[in-house]
Amino acid sequence: MPRPIVRAAQHPAPAADGRLKIDVEHLFFYYSEKRALEDISIKMQPNVVTAFIGPSGCGKSTFLRTLNRMNDIIPGARVEGRVCVDGEDIYGPKVDVVAMRRKIGMVFQKSNPFPKSIFENVAYGLRINKMTSSRSELSGRVEESLKHAALWEEVKDRLHESALALSGGQQQRLCIARALAVKPDILLMDEPASALDPIATQRIEELIYHLKTDYTIVIVTHNMQQAARVSDYTAFFWLGRLVEYERTDKMFTAPSEKLTEDYLTGRFG
Amino acid sequence: MERVVRHFQEELESLQGRLLEMGGLAEERVRAAVQSLVGRDIAAIDRVLHGDEPINELHVEIDNRCFKLLALHQPMATDLRAIVAAVKINTDLERVGDLAVNIAEAARRYATHPPVKKLIDIPQMGDIAQTMLRDALDSFVRRDTVLAHQVLNEDDRLDGLKTQIFRELLSYMLHDPSTVEPALDLILISRHLERIGDHATNIAEDVIFMVSALDVRHHAPNPPV
Repeated sequence: MPRPIVRAAQHPAPAADGRLKIDVEHLFFYYSEKRALEDISIKMQPNVVTAFIGPSGCGKSTFLRTLNRMNDIIPGARVEGRVCVDGEDIYGPKVDVVAMRRKIGMVFQKSNPFPKSIFENVAYGLRINKMTSSRSELSGRVEESLKHAALWEEVKDRLHESALALSGGQQQRLCIARALAVKPDILLMDEPASALDPIATQRIEELIYHLKTDYTIVIVTHNMQQAARVSDYTAFFWLGRLVEYERTDKMFTAPSEKLTEDYLTGRFG
Repeated sequence: MERVVRHFQEELESLQGRLLEMGGLAEERVRAAVQSLVGRDIAAIDRVLHGDEPINELHVEIDNRCFKLLALHQPMATDLRAIVAAVKINTDLERVGDLAVNIAEAARRYATHPPVKKLIDIPQMGDIAQTMLRDALDSFVRRDTVLAHQVLNEDDRLDGLKTQIFRELLSYMLHDPSTVEPALDLILISRHLERIGDHATNIAEDVIFMVSALDVRHHAPNPPV
């Protein structure tokens, strides 16, 4: 397929007070020689949900992982450009990557609870980061996180049973609770509902809607209806480039770019 | 993936075909209603009065098709705008069918009185309204916003004629009170024709939204580009 001529994506106006949560400028990403992302610039406001959409291999997951340096561990991976979170470049030389990832939590496509109890899964991050000073404080934080993840009512009577006995949807919400326990600002979600049935998917989507009051959320999804339902802004990626970045209601009813139009109406991809 | 898209496109084209069929019926009924008024042809008037069924059936069928396409395909962007436009155009065309019946009802009463005058402006209004309907539907099929804008501009002519008819008939009624009843029916008919023009205008506005995502409702019509 020929490379498209992509005009610079339009950026939505920053929040009323001008604050930006995430500000990416001219980001390029390489897997060894292969360029996977090309000149991505995007600004995200606090407390909004942004969805990344695009066909498989368009770079949306790669880009999500550059937002908390999850690509660092891939041999030969290389980043150029800036990713500023709250004004600080997370690729800067003085950055404590572990502390940065505590602030920028991540939930993956496949739920991956530890083979421990429900309680210990949520308590894990709090323990290793020594974030609580007493047993009762730890229990309080676990309960709070499970409530935030809309799982508390279903598990409060069996906190010490194995997390692996939970259903797929419950396991995914447990992973969200685990990510929330260390009090991040940003939640990155990579296809969080792609393995779930419609009811469990709806619960995750409801959860995303409620979580944005406290968190800035970025979600990768190849389910366009899901992007339409949960997000405030949508970014469309194609062949490693950001084609269009718009308010979700505008994007799905009247996209500006022909490429976006063709993708949304199933004329390619 | 390709096959699913083709199937959806086929359904969309078939929906468009049915909508055009309904447009053709609506236009024909307006023509028949005005012609039966001019010819004082009671049999023709009755055919218009009792011939609304095919349009009503299409109205329901097209709504169902749109519902199904929305539910099963969850279309977006142009496709979504096309189906929303189809739903609205469908309602407009059904109303045009009803207005043709309203014209026939007035024509039936009118035919029981001696003619007030030779009818010139009302047939002209009928021609303009039919042309507006035809052009609005053509602009829908051809995705032609220039033609849609022309339809918007035509509406002023209909409004002008309606005002002119009212003034003229008012002077007849003042001069000869026995003309009040038939003249009021003619005024009603001019009002129905003007409403048909409004529905054609709605359709043209929907076409502009469908093609270019621009909402031109409730604004002064843009000049053709």
